Amino acid sequence: MRQPLLALLAKEPAHGYELKLALEQTFGQAYSSPNIGQIYVTLKRLEQDGLVRSQDVEQDSRPNKRVYELTPAGREELAAWVAEPTEGPRVRDEFFMKLILAPLAGLADRMELINSQRHHYFGIMRSLMDMQANMDNASPAARLLVEGAVLHLQADLDWLERCQEELV
Amino acid sequence: MRGVFSREDRPPGSPRRFSRGDPSPRAPHGEDCPSPHIPLAPGGPPAGPAADPRGGSAPGAPALLRARGLVKVYRSGAVPVEAVRGVDIEVGVGEFVAIMGPSGSGKSTLLHVLGGLERATRGEIWLRGQRVDGLSAAAWAVLRRRHVGFVFQFFNLLSTMTVADNVELPALLAGASPRQARRRRAELLAELGMSAKADMAPSRLSGGEQQRVALARALANEPSLLLADEPTGNLDSASARDVLRLLRRAHAAGQTILMVTHDAKVAGLADRVISLFDGMIADDARVVPASRKATPVRDILELRG
Repeated sequence: MRQPLLALLAKEPAHGYELKLALEQTFGQAYSSPNIGQIYVTLKRLEQDGLVRSQDVEQDSRPNKRVYELTPAGREELAAWVAEPTEGPRVRDEFFMKLILAPLAGLADRMELINSQRHHYFGIMRSLMDMQANMDNASPAARLLVEGAVLHLQADLDWLERCQEELV
Repeated sequence: MRGVFSREDRPPGSPRRFSRGDPSPRAPHGEDCPSPHIPLAPGGPPAGPAADPRGGSAPGAPALLRARGLVKVYRSGAVPVEAVRGVDIEVGVGEFVAIMGPSGSGKSTLLHVLGGLERATRGEIWLRGQRVDGLSAAAWAVLRRRHVGFVFQFFNLLSTMTVADNVELPALLAGASPRQARRRRAELLAELGMSAKADMAPSRLSGGEQQRVALARALANEPSLLLADEPTGNLDSASARDVLRLLRRAHAAGQTILMVTHDAKVAGLADRVISLFDGMIADDARVVPASRKATPVRDILELRG
């Protein structure tokens, strides 16, 4: 949460609600956007750490709004974040632990475990495809986010099939 | 105006699920797709047994295709190969069923046997209430012409004919007048975005375009059943997406589809997924969208930072 807010503020100063809207517009409906409270808390911490500063701006007939901008220290932190290599998504290994260990204890049948996990993935795939069918006007970022999820899910299903071939 | 994907032989009273210009018949956010209980058409196939314990066709939907105890053994080599080893399958009217499984699991063989392209070694097949496993090759050809459309991985278009003639031919063979055949061809090519290429030879088209023409040909006679064998297996991802989108629309218009595929995305479009393993059904699952509260993308790919 910290770095995306710094990145948005590097573009231009903004208040909390504008940042929330910018995240939603960029990443689309597939992105579960942070609530406004989380954003204000994060901004406050960033300010305590000297990475952003803020000032109240008066508005006609409305309460003042607090506008944040990046400090030089914030710009440095952001540059470091952008430059460092990013860890890839982790394989979710909890199911694999179940698949290997539960049958050893006689707790479950591997074929049943694989099938019920597969049904779960199918349901997610269905939701993703429904989402994709309604994305004609979505931003490229929003479309690529869903496509990334589809590709990961395909790999999960392939892995499940391999497990079935080897273990059942 | 009636969409060309709509089915003239849709049972009376069955709800219309797709209208022209509506590209997204299914509601977003994993809302359950409309799965109407289609009433039995007069003279239609007999209803299958009540819901299959592992999945089966939709409760209340009559079985369009039903097979029991299917076995296919190839004896061409030194050792007989059992490609299909005792499959029971049922496909309801209007259902979209995907058959998935590893290479060599018998998927394509099963589809070919169900479509009469190969003869079953044992077992019974019923199509629209008619027992068909004992039909001669010629009788199968007549049956397919009217009731079964086929789409293949490598398109199988007639290379010496134009796109338009490829699509008109099935209607002409089935006894339509040249005028009817032309009109149906024009509608289909327009629906599939291929009107501009009507006079070209298939070899001048891209793979995705050829598959769209093949789909038009398969739908030319408004078949009761569309059988598809890896229709996206030889396409780049954008063309594959186009073809899947068209199949999704055909299904939404009421087309019954049975598709063999490696493409896991199809599991997100089908009503049911059958997993074949070693010539037998290992799983038969009705696809239920993740709950509305779930955030499918975040479950898989969390944006961090």
